[in-house]
Amino acid sequence: MPSGICPECAAHVPLREDVVLHEFLTCPECGTALEVISLSPLTLDRAPQVEEDWGE
Amino acid sequence: MRIAMFCSLVRTEEKWLLEAFQRRGVEAEVIHDRSTVLEVGVSDGWNRFDAALMRSLSHWQALHAAQLLEDIGLPVVNPASVIHTCSDKLLTTAALVRAGVPTPRVRVAFSPAGALQAIEEWGYPVVLKPVLGSWGRLLARVNDRDAAEALLEHKETLGGFAHGVYYIQEYIPKPGRDIRAFVVGGETIAAIYRSSEHWITNTARGGRASNCPITPELADLCARAAAAVGGGVLAIDLFEDPQRGLLVNEINHSMEFRNSVEPTGVDIPGAIVDFVIRVIRDGWAAAHSCPLPQEVQRWNGSA
Repeated sequence: MPSGICPECAAHVPLREDVVLHEFLTCPECGTALEVISLSPLTLDRAPQVEEDWGE
Repeated sequence: MRIAMFCSLVRTEEKWLLEAFQRRGVEAEVIHDRSTVLEVGVSDGWNRFDAALMRSLSHWQALHAAQLLEDIGLPVVNPASVIHTCSDKLLTTAALVRAGVPTPRVRVAFSPAGALQAIEEWGYPVVLKPVLGSWGRLLARVNDRDAAEALLEHKETLGGFAHGVYYIQEYIPKPGRDIRAFVVGGETIAAIYRSSEHWITNTARGGRASNCPITPELADLCARAAAAVGGGVLAIDLFEDPQRGLLVNEINHSMEFRNSVEPTGVDIPGAIVDFVIRVIRDGWAAAHSCPLPQEVQRWNGSA
């Protein structure tokens, strides 16, 4: 199973086989919102902060 | 068929949409909004797509990208005109009122003094909302004059330019819930109750989702509300007013549905994908089960 490193707490974050670029996920250890910013090598970064015009 | 799916992030909804496209043999490519450059009026590089599905989290970016993609002849779901209306609560209310769709009463002022006067004339409580915003953020139930004065000062001092339009909505006493209806091509495909002890019932704010039966009244009202803003893929929020019945509160142009598939048993992403395919094959107006206003039918050469 692929995994990435949480940039906040350095935990190993398990990812699904069908992980895609820019996928949003939450670190199971520290709860930080994360974004997949590279598939090769698999790299996670903090997800962008919510902007005022974000929503449905 | 090949679809450009405009995204800020690939959340559960976008994953399910990608899977639904794949199941139908349609290629869908994630186009990351923050990494995209568009040249006005130039279609190079976009010819490989048959349509675009807008899933950007940013209303502002979605609106502008949708307009440019339409201008180079790409069918866009939802089109810029729908995003423009639905991303602004006041424009949505105005469109509903023009179409005769029942909606809570709204007053608008352009200064704190004007807003205070409008509120005082109505009496308390009222609801103050930003015209731009979503997920139940910055909604305020104003219970008395002290709260009104404080909120209006905060909006004037701390808010951006969009907070200079003061959207004042009558307070509707909800029975601990409201209704979220999922409308695709004019058809209400699913609906949920959003229940909460708090007066804000958004699921983003902790509201619990359960199945809501689609009555003929709900389906008819949603079809009229959807047509009023130009149709497409819409999430319509409704109140159950004890005296007036169903009232359309807000309409969302980029629906979230991760909490609604399980309680309703409806394949919402599948319905969205089927609608996109219908738009490609038949055009915007023909993809709808309800008649759209003439000015909407002109879009995309459908009329």
